Amino acid sequence: MPILKRKNPVDFSFSLVTALAALTILFLVGGIFIVLLRESSLAIGKFGLFDFLLSTEWNPVNNEFGAATAVYGTFVTTCIALIIAIPVAIGIAVFVTEIAPDFLKGPIGIAIELLAAIPSIIYGMWGLFTLAPLMARYVEPALQKSVGKLPVVGALFQGTPMGIDLFTASVILSIMIIPFTASISRDSFNLTPGIVKESAYAVGATKWEVIKDVVLPYSKLGVFGGIALSLGRALGETMAVAFVLGNNHQITSSLFDAAATITVTLANEFTEADTDMYLSSLFNLALVLFALSFVVLAIAKFFLLKAERRYSR
Amino acid sequence: MKKIILILAIATLAALSSHAMAEEILNGAGASFPAPVYQAWAYEYNKATGARLNYQSIGSGGGVRQIVSRTVDFGASDDPIKPEQLKKDNLLQFPAVIGGVVPIVNVPGMKAGELKLDAEALCKIFLGEIKYWDDAKIKGLNTQAKLPHNEITVVHRSDGSGTTALFTNYLSATCPVWKSKVGEGKAVKWPVGIGGKGNEGVANYVKRTPHSIGYVEFAYAKQSKLAHTQLKNKAGNFVEPGFDSFEDAAAAGDFDPKKDFSTWLTNTPGKNSWPIAGATFILLAKDKKDANIKTVKFFDWAFKNGDTTAKSLTYVPLPTTLKDKVRAYWKTNGVY
Repeated sequence: MPILKRKNPVDFSFSLVTALAALTILFLVGGIFIVLLRESSLAIGKFGLFDFLLSTEWNPVNNEFGAATAVYGTFVTTCIALIIAIPVAIGIAVFVTEIAPDFLKGPIGIAIELLAAIPSIIYGMWGLFTLAPLMARYVEPALQKSVGKLPVVGALFQGTPMGIDLFTASVILSIMIIPFTASISRDSFNLTPGIVKESAYAVGATKWEVIKDVVLPYSKLGVFGGIALSLGRALGETMAVAFVLGNNHQITSSLFDAAATITVTLANEFTEADTDMYLSSLFNLALVLFALSFVVLAIAKFFLLKAERRYSR
Repeated sequence: MKKIILILAIATLAALSSHAMAEEILNGAGASFPAPVYQAWAYEYNKATGARLNYQSIGSGGGVRQIVSRTVDFGASDDPIKPEQLKKDNLLQFPAVIGGVVPIVNVPGMKAGELKLDAEALCKIFLGEIKYWDDAKIKGLNTQAKLPHNEITVVHRSDGSGTTALFTNYLSATCPVWKSKVGEGKAVKWPVGIGGKGNEGVANYVKRTPHSIGYVEFAYAKQSKLAHTQLKNKAGNFVEPGFDSFEDAAAAGDFDPKKDFSTWLTNTPGKNSWPIAGATFILLAKDKKDANIKTVKFFDWAFKNGDTTAKSLTYVPLPTTLKDKVRAYWKTNGVY
C-alpha cells in the first residue's frame, strides 16, 4: 500500500487526501443505505420485508402498502426499453465504428452524446405533449390492428389506446438509454485490434462476416456491461416516465394500461405523503430500488471487469 | 436529498438576505396550490412595508413537517389539520384563501358549463359504474343535451395532491359507496381511469381525449379553455364555478375558531354554494410568538389589501365575516 510507505511527507499527505476523497464515497453510500433502512423500519416492521415485496395493495387511504405493483412496472418498462434499445444501439455502434465514412463518425458520435445530455424532464414534457398523442393516435391502434390480433401476444395490446401507459413509458426510456448502450458498445468495438480484423478481411471475409464473427464476439463482454449500465439508468429513470405512466398501482396484462414504477411513485407521492406509515413505505420502496440497482450494477461491473481482463491479456 | 438541498437553499437565502440588510424576514413553506398568491402578496408587502417574506412551495405534507419541527416561521397546508393534532403539535391554524375543484369534460359538441352533474353521477362515473355518456342517470340531469353513446374515460391525478384530497372528500361526503370503497385522501386507490401528473397533466389529457372527464383546480379550469360542468349543490340548485359560488360556499362553511377553523367546504348548504371548495390553511407554532406576530401582520395586511391581487390570480379571497373571525382568533391567541 503506497499510503503506508512514509518515504516523502508530500507524497504521504497527497495519498492521504486522495484516500479520504475515496472514503467519502463509501461513507456516502453507507450513509444513504442506513438512512433508507432506518426510515423504512416502520413499514418493514408492519408489513414485513417479503410481504411488502409481494403485496399488490397500495392504498394510502387505508395505510396499506406493498411494492409488487411498482416493482412489476419497473421491471416491465425496463425490459421493453432494453428490447427496443439494444438492437438500435448496437446498430449505431456498428455503423459508427465499421461502416460510416470518416466525415460522418464525428457528427454521429456528438449527436449520441448530446442525446445523453438532455435532462430527463425535457424527455418527460416531450413525451407528454408529443409522443403520447402520437402513440395514442397512430402507433398503438396500428399495433392493435396487427399484432393485437394474434392469439397469445395479442393480450399485451388490449384496451383503449390512451398514450399514458407502459408502452409509451418504455419507448421514452429506450430513447434515453440508447446513447449509453451505443457509446459503450462503440468503445468496445473500437478495442478490437485492427490486425485481427485485417486478417479476417485478408482471408476473404465480407464486412458482415467480420462484424458478426470478429468484432461482436471480441467485444461481447463490453457490450453486456454497457447494457447493464443502461439497465441501471432505466431502473432509476424518473421524470420522463412520471409524465407518461399514469402512476396507477395495478398489475395488468396489457401494455396499453397505466402502471407505476418505483421511482414514479416516489416522485409523485413523496411531497404529499401525510402519514408516517405512508412516508416509511415510500422509503421502503426506495430501499428496494437501491438494492435492485446495486445488484444490476454489480453484474455490469462483473462483465466489464471480465472484458477488461480479456483485452489486457 | 431533496430536504438537504432545501435546507441549504433556505440557509443560503437567509444568509444572503441578512447580509444585504438587517431587515425583517419571514420564512414559510408548504402547499404549492396557494404559492403564487402568497408570493404575489409577499412582493407587494415588501414594496409597502419593506418586510420580506420567503415562501417555499414544497407541498402540504412538507409544510406540516417543517412547522412541526419548527424550521420555518409558518407552514401552509391545503387540507385542514384536526384540532387534536394541532393541540398535540402545539400549533395554531387559520384559513388564508379559498380554492376549489372543478370537473372538466371533453364531450364533442358540449360547451363549457352546459353539462349538468350531481354528486351521485360524479361518484358513479369515478367508480366506473356509469360507463357511457348516454347513461340514463346523466340523461336524466341533461334532458335537452345530445349525449353520445361513447365510453367515458376518467382522468385523475397521478401525484398526491390537495386537489385530490378535496375532490375525494366531496365524493366521500356525498356518496356512501365511494366512502366505503375508496375513501378520501391526497392519493387514493382509483377504481378506474388514467392518471395525469399535476393539474396540467389532467387538463392536457382531458383536452386531448374525446369523451373524457377529469377534475382540476378552479384557477386552472378558469385559465385554460376547458369545458367545466355545472354541479348540483346541497340546496338542490345547479351552480357554476365562479368567485360568487365559492364565496357563498365559504360563507356557508362551518368555520369554528374553537376548532381552529378545521373544516372542508364540501357540500355546504348555501343556496348558491359551489359544492367542492376548501380553504387553504396557515399553521403557526404557538411557542414562537415573535414570528407569529410578524406572520399575522403579513396576513392581516393581505386580508386588507390583497383581494384584488388574489382575484387576478383566480384565487377566492375570504369573505369579510370570515376575515373578522380569523382576526378574533388571532386576538384570543395573543398574536394580533
